[in-house]
Amino acid sequence: MATNFGFSISKPRVIDVDTNNLKKSNEILAALPELQSCIGCGSCTASCTAGNLTSYNFRKVHTLVRRGEYAGAYEEMNKCMLCGKCRLLCPRGINTRRVVMLIKKCLGDF
Amino acid sequence: MRRSNWEDYQKSIADDHYYYGRSCIRQNFFPGSEKAFLEILAKELGRDIYDDPLHSSCTGIGYHSDIVPLDTIMAVVARQFALMDEAGYENFVTSCITSFGIYTEILSTWEEFPETEERAAKTLYEATGRKLVKPKNMAHTSDVIFHFRKQIAEKMCRPLINVTTGEPLRVVEHIGCHYAKIFPKKGIGGSEFPYVLAGMIESWGGEVVDYPERRHCCGFGFRNYLVQANRGYSVANSQKKLDSMAPYRPDFIVCNCPGCSMFLDKWQYTIAEMEGTTYGEGGQGIPVLTYEEMAGLVLGYDPWQLGMQMHQVDVEPLLNKMGVQYDPTTKYLGKNGKYIGKPAAAAVNNCNDVGLYEIKV
Repeated sequence: MATNFGFSISKPRVIDVDTNNLKKSNEILAALPELQSCIGCGSCTASCTAGNLTSYNFRKVHTLVRRGEYAGAYEEMNKCMLCGKCRLLCPRGINTRRVVMLIKKCLGDF
Repeated sequence: MRRSNWEDYQKSIADDHYYYGRSCIRQNFFPGSEKAFLEILAKELGRDIYDDPLHSSCTGIGYHSDIVPLDTIMAVVARQFALMDEAGYENFVTSCITSFGIYTEILSTWEEFPETEERAAKTLYEATGRKLVKPKNMAHTSDVIFHFRKQIAEKMCRPLINVTTGEPLRVVEHIGCHYAKIFPKKGIGGSEFPYVLAGMIESWGGEVVDYPERRHCCGFGFRNYLVQANRGYSVANSQKKLDSMAPYRPDFIVCNCPGCSMFLDKWQYTIAEMEGTTYGEGGQGIPVLTYEEMAGLVLGYDPWQLGMQMHQVDVEPLLNKMGVQYDPTTKYLGKNGKYIGKPAAAAVNNCNDVGLYEIKV
């Protein structure tokens, strides 16, 4: 079986929140309910020093985590230098530094 | 979502005197379809249609693959329109959805940016000495069949009904993206409620299957399949559609786009070979028809004259359901009874009458 045609069938990259395990995500939101008020404006990512130097994207990572996509999130959060510039800019006043720490705590061995 | 919303999107379709633009790829993969269209229009409906040997490819595949520049394709399209005018016609019908999209896009561009029309007319005149005259009416051939669906229903001798159970055949309709997703107002029913094929199916006694991925692209996408490494993305789209429609047990799929009918048909073989998944009753695949083939069957044409032996997924199970009388011994006989060869047996091609043709050649 499995004839080789020189390519393989791409697998879908759909995020299915109905089947994803949201336990960790709910834990984070329970500890920091204000995260639910995020409007995804991207000010945090735009002001991020680490993001300016690497491919680190804070908004992307915490959005994925909230949807139950945890792969690589802990490693990404380790790129954060905890400078807190994002917190100064957030129009919703979310404690973004706490978001970083919560993700590290819930998804890693921090 | 209201079922009647499609009624907001209508278009005028000329009633007679058509200039016919052929497709590049259909004549290879579904070779009887264009001939069937010409026969249905001229013989069954008594309409005047001109099949011009001078017209060329619209170069749409090259355009969408970034090989043919916009100015070049505009000049080619201008030439097609000039040929139409020279032949004494003003209603352009094209057999291909890519071409239909190209013509619609270019006519719209010429309207929005008149300087591009001037440039195309100038290039055409300098290159060929021809004068650009735009068509009064522009339609796809499926629009024309839709326009005459009731006249065809009056002449119908084999409705889309399962002769064994008496139930309507369950039909999946798939509209090519370039039919109405670029310019929704140019397609019957727009992009959200395309009715062009559903109207034919309902008029001829079938039942349209509504399934979750009904509006999804087949995955043709030009660059996606032209580059071998990208074909996994192309086939994944067809797989998504086939997975979505399979639980509804459709009897066949009908398409109005050359690329969609080709890929939904041939990717079934690819998926079967690569992953072992087969669709349809008994894993025999879901037959994929063009709307001309569907109209031809309904009007009582011979399936082999319609070119249905060229399909990847065998159509015999569907023909049996419809009660079509066909001769299995003539399946692979071409013009003047010449043997045209038969495909090797495959998972979705298992209706081969093994040994039937072994004595030939």
